[in-house]
Amino acid sequence: MALEILVEAENLTKKFGDLVAVDDVNFEIFKGESFGFLGPNGAGKTTTMRMIQSVSPLTEGKLTLAGMDVTEHGREIKSIVGVAPQEDNLDPDFTVFQNLIVYARYFDISKEKAKRKAEELLKFVQLEEKRDVIITSLSGGMRRRLILARALMNEPQILILDEPTTGLDPQARHLIWTKIRNLQKQGVTVILTSHYMDEAAQLCDRLIIMDHGKIIEKGKPAELVKKHVGEEVLEVLYSKEAMECLKQNFSDARIDVVGDKIQVFAHKPRGVLAKVLEEASFKGALIRDSNLEDVFLKLAGRGLRD
Amino acid sequence: MSNIAALFRVPKLSYRVWKVWMRNKDVFMKTYKTNFLPSLLEPVLYLLALGLGLGGFVQAINGQPYINFIAPALVAVSMMFSAFYECTFASFVRMYYQKTFGAIIATPVSIEEVITGEILWGATKSLINSSIVLAVIVAFGLVPSPLFLLVPPLSFLVGLLFSAIAMCFTAIVPNIDAFNYPNFLFITPMFLLSGTFFPLTSMPEFLQVAAQIFLPLANAVEVTRSLVLGNIQLSILLNLAWMLIVTPVFFILAINLMKKRLIK
Repeated sequence: MALEILVEAENLTKKFGDLVAVDDVNFEIFKGESFGFLGPNGAGKTTTMRMIQSVSPLTEGKLTLAGMDVTEHGREIKSIVGVAPQEDNLDPDFTVFQNLIVYARYFDISKEKAKRKAEELLKFVQLEEKRDVIITSLSGGMRRRLILARALMNEPQILILDEPTTGLDPQARHLIWTKIRNLQKQGVTVILTSHYMDEAAQLCDRLIIMDHGKIIEKGKPAELVKKHVGEEVLEVLYSKEAMECLKQNFSDARIDVVGDKIQVFAHKPRGVLAKVLEEASFKGALIRDSNLEDVFLKLAGRGLRD
Repeated sequence: MSNIAALFRVPKLSYRVWKVWMRNKDVFMKTYKTNFLPSLLEPVLYLLALGLGLGGFVQAINGQPYINFIAPALVAVSMMFSAFYECTFASFVRMYYQKTFGAIIATPVSIEEVITGEILWGATKSLINSSIVLAVIVAFGLVPSPLFLLVPPLSFLVGLLFSAIAMCFTAIVPNIDAFNYPNFLFITPMFLLSGTFFPLTSMPEFLQVAAQIFLPLANAVEVTRSLVLGNIQLSILLNLAWMLIVTPVFFILAINLMKKRLIK
C-alpha cells in the first residue's frame, strides 16, 4: 500500500524578530502514522505545531495539510485537526461536560451530536464521574485527559499533542499512553512533541529530533538507537583506574563521564560487553539496553537549556 | 505606513462571532442573580443621595428638578461602565489568565471573530445593565416620555462604542493593573464632565464643544436625556452621527491591535 502524505513542510521557517525559531525545516508525515517531534526546550517544536494547526503564520516556506495550504485554508484545516495544547486552556467558567459542549459549538457540531460525543469521550478518558464538576477542582492528570477528550470532539483526522504527559505521575502518563495507542489503532494520525524519550520510543513510528530550530536527525526510534549508540551501554562508577582500563579495552568507543558514572557506547554485538566485565572487576558496573535518551543526549549535548 | 494601514484593515467576519457571544452569555446566565443586584442598587443609591439629598440644595435645571436631570445620565453612565469593564478587566482575564481566546482560535473560529464576539457581548452587557437602571428611574417616576423605549437600542450602540474603545486598551496593556490608567485618566473624568451631574452649558463654550468632540459619554448622555425627557432637538442627530462614525473606527482598530498581540 502506497503511503499517503498528510502533512508536508518545505523550507518551513519561523522568525520572531531576530530569533529564528524554526529554521528551514523539511518533513512529511504519512496518513495513519504517529510522528514525534523531540527536542530540548526552545528547539522549535511548539512553534512547528502552531504552524501545522494554522494559528501561527509562516515566515517562509510552504506547509500543507491534506493538500491544503495552511496560509489559505486555516478554517478548513482547523476543522479536521484536534489540538491538545501544552498549556492548560480549559474553560474554568464551565463544568467538565460543558467544556466539551461549548467547544463543540465552535465547530458547528449540533447540540444532540455534541452531547452524545461528549458522553462517549468522557467514558473514553475515564472522567464520567467528574461530568458535572467545575474544572478547577480536577487534578493535573484529569485535566490532561479532559484536554485530550476536547481535542477529539470534532473527530479529527489529525491529532496534535503538545507534550501530552508533562508533569503527570506515572499512572496518569500510562493511562494517556493507552488512550493514544487506542486512537492510533483507529487510524488517527498523531503528531506529538515530547522531551520524554521513553514516551517517544513507545508512541512514535517515526520521529524528528530538533535543536535550535533545525532538524538534527530523523528516523524510526529503534533504528536511531542502533545507529547512534549501539544496542548496549556499559555503565561503571567513576574512578581513574576504571577509566584507564576502559579506554584500553574500548579504544574506538565513545566514553562519556556523566556525574559519577562512566558510560561506554561500544557499538559491539550483544555479549561482548559482558565478557569484558567478567575479566575486569569494576565498581557499580551495569550493562543496560541503550535507549532514545542516549541518542538524544549524544545529538543535543548535555548543556542545560533554559 | 503599511503598519498603520494594517491597523485599519477591515476584518472578515462570519456568523461564528455569535458562538463567542454565546459562550459569554452561558457563563453570565449561570450567575445572573448575583449580576443583577449591583446594577439594581447602584442607581437607587445615586437617586437617593444625589437626586433627593443633594438635589434639595440645587436649583432647577431648564425647569427640571435636579433628580430628573441626573436620572437619564445615570442610564448613560451604566452603558459606559458595563461595556468598558466587560471589555477591559473581564476580557483581559479571559484572554490572559484563562487563555480562552487561545483555545477558541484552535477551532474554526478566527481571532477576528473572537474579538468581535467579545465586543458584541460588551454591548449586550450595556443593554442589560442600562435597562435595569432605566427600569429603576421609571419606577421612581422620572421618565415622562414614551420615547424612553428607544433607549435600549441606543444602549447597544453606546455599548459597542465603549466596548471597542475598551478592547483597544486590552490589546495594549502589559498587565491587568495598567487598566488603572484609562480608568483614572479617561473613564472617571468622563463620568464627571459629560453633562452628567451638571449641564455642559455652565462651562465655557470651547469646553462644551471639546466635550462633544472628545468625550463619547457626552454624546451618549445628550441622546439618552433627550429620549427620556422627550425633548428632541436636531442636535442629537449630530451626537448619533458622531457615535456611528467613531464606533467602527475603534472596532476595526481593536480587532487589528488584538490580532497583533495574539497572533505570533
